[in-house]
Amino acid sequence: MTKPQAIDVNPSFKENLPKEKFDELDSFVNNLETTRSALIEILHKAQKIFGYLPRDVQLHIARKLGIPGAEVFGVVSFYSYFTTKPRGKHTISVCTGTACFVKGSDKIIERVKEKLGIGSNEITEDGLFTLKDVRCLGTCGMAPVMMIDDKVFGRVKEEDLDNIINSYRNKEL
Amino acid sequence: MAGTPEEHADKKNIGIKINHLDLTVPEGITILEAAHKAGVKIPTLCHLDLHDIKMVNKTASCRVCMVELVDSKNNRNKIVPACVTKVSEGMEILTSSLRAITTRRMSVELLLSNHPNECFTCPKNRECELQALAAELGIREIRWEGERMDYPKDLSSGAIVKDSNKCIYCRRCETMCNEVQTCGILSGIGRGFDAHVGPAFNIPMVESSCTYCGQCVQVCPTAALTEVNHTDKVWEALNDPDKHVIVQTAPAIRVTIGEMFNMEPGTIVTGKLVTALKRMGFNTVFDTDFGADLTIMEEAAELIYRLNNNKTLPMLTSCCPAWVKFIEHQFPELLDIPSTCKSPHIMFGTIIKTYYAEKNGIDPDNIVIVSVMPCIAKKAETKRPELTKDEHNNVDIVVTTRELGLMIKEAGLDFESLPDSEYDKPLGETTGASVIFGTTGGVIEAAIRTAYEWITGGELKKVEFEQLRGAAGLRKATVQVGDKTLRIGIASGLGNARTLLEEIRDGKAEYEAIEIMACPGGCIAGGGQPYHHGNFEIVKKRQEAIYQEDRNKKIRKSHENSEILKLYKEYIGEPFNDTAHRLLHTHYEERERI
Repeated sequence: MTKPQAIDVNPSFKENLPKEKFDELDSFVNNLETTRSALIEILHKAQKIFGYLPRDVQLHIARKLGIPGAEVFGVVSFYSYFTTKPRGKHTISVCTGTACFVKGSDKIIERVKEKLGIGSNEITEDGLFTLKDVRCLGTCGMAPVMMIDDKVFGRVKEEDLDNIINSYRNKEL
Repeated sequence: MAGTPEEHADKKNIGIKINHLDLTVPEGITILEAAHKAGVKIPTLCHLDLHDIKMVNKTASCRVCMVELVDSKNNRNKIVPACVTKVSEGMEILTSSLRAITTRRMSVELLLSNHPNECFTCPKNRECELQALAAELGIREIRWEGERMDYPKDLSSGAIVKDSNKCIYCRRCETMCNEVQTCGILSGIGRGFDAHVGPAFNIPMVESSCTYCGQCVQVCPTAALTEVNHTDKVWEALNDPDKHVIVQTAPAIRVTIGEMFNMEPGTIVTGKLVTALKRMGFNTVFDTDFGADLTIMEEAAELIYRLNNNKTLPMLTSCCPAWVKFIEHQFPELLDIPSTCKSPHIMFGTIIKTYYAEKNGIDPDNIVIVSVMPCIAKKAETKRPELTKDEHNNVDIVVTTRELGLMIKEAGLDFESLPDSEYDKPLGETTGASVIFGTTGGVIEAAIRTAYEWITGGELKKVEFEQLRGAAGLRKATVQVGDKTLRIGIASGLGNARTLLEEIRDGKAEYEAIEIMACPGGCIAGGGQPYHHGNFEIVKKRQEAIYQEDRNKKIRKSHENSEILKLYKEYIGEPFNDTAHRLLHTHYEERERI
């Protein structure tokens, strides 16, 4: 059984979405030679500016380009690169591909969920971490593998997790 | 099939073979079109060619039209979709080879492996194209059992039901919504197994800018998009001894409901329709045409008022609730140009619950008004807060032509053999002007018939305005009325409406009056009408029947309807006065575009 992709119908985020960011996006769009076929490029830029693509940003782009909001959302929901939820400062990606799974990555991700108190694709209350379960990071020889931002952690053991996560927490202190 | 002979006139002819038969066909057409010319049927599902309204769905997503292409050079035949593969010189096509047949059958089996097995209880039972295809292709078992979609049904709009579990992703609705109606509500969302069709952000339909025109419902091959069924509410009211149940039927119903009983499209069945409704137990059977005549009185008066007082022009007709919702979402800056007239069935509902109730000593709270409409948007219209004033709903229940057809069957009536009877008096008198409300061009023609005589004070010798008629989605004409030249625009289909509105907004064209109907062709092709399954010839026959019904009427101008005149004399006073405003006019509001 599968459910529609859970996408929060975000209440207006306007208070968290500063006008300067919209201005930055608008000037990017205005400087494009043409907006035809430029939707994906514009969405990339928007995600870079805002960190994610909330409803208001998608609607803003739709209206700016004169295309239906459903079309923008159709593209955003198609590509897994785009996210409609705010990301934490650090993204923890736990590989659940075949090799990692065989090496027990299911237990790793469960432990991470417990330690952070969140599920997959969720953000911790302090805004520090987002957890993602991903397929194959391309380093199966190091299974089970997880990544935090761009750093790869191989042959991860459950007992290592506290140290790894805390090293990022401590950076904030 | 696409492609008129003229379009291919300048194309080179090429030689191909279909099932070993030599054929000469124009270059550039698809295998499907070539097969059609050769009298060979290739089954299709997602493909839909509504040439008359310039809609062709060519997503090639269902893979039901697969045929085999012979490649003797490499000894490796290919399987290709006929709907999008173009013919080329020397092409050899096999449409009924074992490989072609088994491939097509497998495509349907795969669709069915993730399709609810509930044909018995499905609203599209016996109207479903997937069901018909399964029968046609001789599917006797579904070999695969796998994961199934489990989406909640969206009934939020009270008008359209979206049941994504029955979606086969043909995307006809999306093509209709985006390219023909230019509303852009429906889009392909997600990917892979989770892909489905819906509004932005997965919001419920009621939160979207959907106009509920129901054209997506008309083209959906399955029951992924249907109307909310209100027939049980009608049966309950009919069986409640305390209720006085009044039914009214829209102008376009009498020329289409016969199709529900396999009668020829375009058969006029007004008398049988009235008999059926009486036998079903309605206390009173009225004709929305009366409401249409009333609308003309108000609309013509409003047009003259605007012309004489330098008020906003053009005036746009406001009978179509889908069109009204469209302008509220898409052109909020133009909300001062539509006529303020309520739509005919709502006007009529108001008069029934005031004038008629008073006159007959019936408590309006005990009156239940059922409107039989060619329209899905009317279901949502009756729930608009400004139309449910004073605790009385102007209209209580709306059922579509299709729903009434099913109710007549349920009542066990043999429709075709029913005798004729007349609508009830006194509010049953109607004119030819009100009948033509059912087709594109009809509302404005009816308004001009009245406005002409009011402005000039003379008699209109010829009531037909041929320049206002036709099937094209966007038409422009001028009508000379005394010393005034009225420039008139007519649009059917919301894409055409958008073109007109953009011209007006940008000051590129000037008009005095404009008629807009949301559905391409007008109410005769409404979202609630019997399914035409892509055959637009049916719609043309319905239009001919509407004009025939107009010719059959003794009185053909709304302002000559004696019951209408009596209503003004006894109750309202003059058209467009304060009482008329209170009872028969409404207002519009800006809505968000999502």
